[in-house]
Amino acid sequence: MIEIQDVQKTYKTGDVEFQALRGVSFTIQDGEFVAIMGPSGSGKSTLMHILGALDTPTSGTYYLDGKDVGALSDDELAEIRKNNIGFIFQSFNLLPRATVLRNVMLPLVYADVPPEERKERAEIALKAAGLDEEHFFHRSNQLSGGQVQRVAIARALVNNPTLILADEPTGNLDTKTGEIVLGTFQKLHREKRTIILITHEREVAEHAERIIFLRDGLLEEDRKHHKQKII
Amino acid sequence: MTAGDILQETYSALSANKVRTGLTMLGIIIGISSVIAMISIGKGAQNSIQSSIESLGSNLLTIVPGVIQPGRGIVSSGRGSAQSLENDDVEALRSIEGVAYVSPELNRRFQIVASSGNNTNSTVIGTTPEYQTIRNMALLEGSFFTEAQVRSLGRVAVLGPTVAEDLFGEADRIGKTIRINKMNFRVIGILESKGSGGFANPDDTIYVPLGTMQKILAGVDYLSTIAVSVGDKDLMTQVKEEAISILSAKHRVDFENPDFSIVSQADILGALTQIIDTFTIFLASIASISLLVGGIGIMNMMLTTVTERTREIGLRKAIGAKKRDINLQFLSEAVALTCAGGVIGVLLGWGISYGITSLGIVQTKVSLSSVLLAFGVSATIGIVFGYYPAGRASKLSPIEALRYE
Repeated sequence: MIEIQDVQKTYKTGDVEFQALRGVSFTIQDGEFVAIMGPSGSGKSTLMHILGALDTPTSGTYYLDGKDVGALSDDELAEIRKNNIGFIFQSFNLLPRATVLRNVMLPLVYADVPPEERKERAEIALKAAGLDEEHFFHRSNQLSGGQVQRVAIARALVNNPTLILADEPTGNLDTKTGEIVLGTFQKLHREKRTIILITHEREVAEHAERIIFLRDGLLEEDRKHHKQKII
Repeated sequence: MTAGDILQETYSALSANKVRTGLTMLGIIIGISSVIAMISIGKGAQNSIQSSIESLGSNLLTIVPGVIQPGRGIVSSGRGSAQSLENDDVEALRSIEGVAYVSPELNRRFQIVASSGNNTNSTVIGTTPEYQTIRNMALLEGSFFTEAQVRSLGRVAVLGPTVAEDLFGEADRIGKTIRINKMNFRVIGILESKGSGGFANPDDTIYVPLGTMQKILAGVDYLSTIAVSVGDKDLMTQVKEEAISILSAKHRVDFENPDFSIVSQADILGALTQIIDTFTIFLASIASISLLVGGIGIMNMMLTTVTERTREIGLRKAIGAKKRDINLQFLSEAVALTCAGGVIGVLLGWGISYGITSLGIVQTKVSLSSVLLAFGVSATIGIVFGYYPAGRASKLSPIEALRYE
């Protein structure tokens, strides 16, 4: 469960202060599929960084599974990212030099999972993300954009995280491939995974069951989306 | 992260850009190989000088008349110019405890003519049979002269191989007659070659009995050198001091300022070793400069790599890599680079010194210590020059790194 309470984030550049988040609060239950939407400058990237334990809020609290993530050191944040969060980015998701399997095993490497166990877990995650076995030993430059995102999803799943955090995962994909990737998220949602999708496109956000709108660093709207677009 | 993971990451990163990796490594290869080669050449030169000096007779004290002037070295000894060494000095030296053999010498250059008509100008040394033992002289054929021949002023001569070759060529030589300073001598022995070492060439020398030399050839009663061989190496200093006090008492001179000088082989060896050591250090320091330049090349490449792989670092941090993991990864890349360069450098340096040996320039010797030193140095260079770039990589904020274009 994710609870954020009055989270604020202020960036300082010299004497100029910029308030990216002005006090945002919400709770996300386990198994929810939430889209965080907003135009550029709304603070959604900053919110994603805080939710993903890449950054800490200037004020306010962030509890992830009851743990206060708001005031941790760099290495403690790395620990949270390693054990509780799976990331999917818009681009540069995979290491170009490594095979698909190696890419998916990477979080396990940092989590000190014994080498014998890694391959098996990576294969399970890849199948869950819907990638065919024939691609397991390819490098990322031999894959299509959609396949790269599936590998990224598999890598996000491999550690069984509390939260899967996707930042514009379809931003670089054509509509059809994007649909396939979003379909994968819905499949994972049906398997009771918690997913947060960050996007500026309403089309994309409509695949989630709940949409949080941000504008100018404030929560503008938080609604259940009952006419969820199912693929 | 296991050691295997780090190796795998390192290999994949370094092999991704083989040309750059190779060129960067080249700096270390050149540095290490030249250090190894320089040290091996120095060691080789040292060994060859040591062995050629030892072949002249170890445990040897050489007493020469006159004074070695401090700072001007043994060349300006005025050897032969003073006439302060006498025949009965030999008996006095023999009485010192620890002295094994004493051999008086008187040398002159003479024109020598063989019965065949060939002639040469060589050094003639008048001495006693003990000379053969002290100087490690081995005979190729015939025999050395005896004590009786010294006393009876026998006109016999033992030839060094070069002289024998000059006078007789390949023909039979034992029993032939040669004329030294217009006097007939019978050849009774030929020496084995010792090679030229130090300041005199024993191969280009003729040996005759001391009495014959003093009374018949030179017409003088003094000596030009007395060689003293000491039974035990540890007694060298003691014997030297005793010899100084006995001889200066006998010559009635102040022992602080005697009319003779004593040079030990160890002194000569020490001086030469020091010169070669200095030279080796000099060459090795020049070579280490290239090693340093190689290290800077590594740092340069690592900094470029860190910049190029900023997004990769961000990604790794996002999926759970800690500072330490990133630090270790980049540091191990630098160390792997220098160590691989070190291995190739050692092999290349070995090859160079092997080549120098087979070309017959110097008998080189690659010592284990120089190989270990080279490895230590290259690993250290990796750590030192990889430390800053790795630190920079590990301190990158994941957000900045992910945003980096």
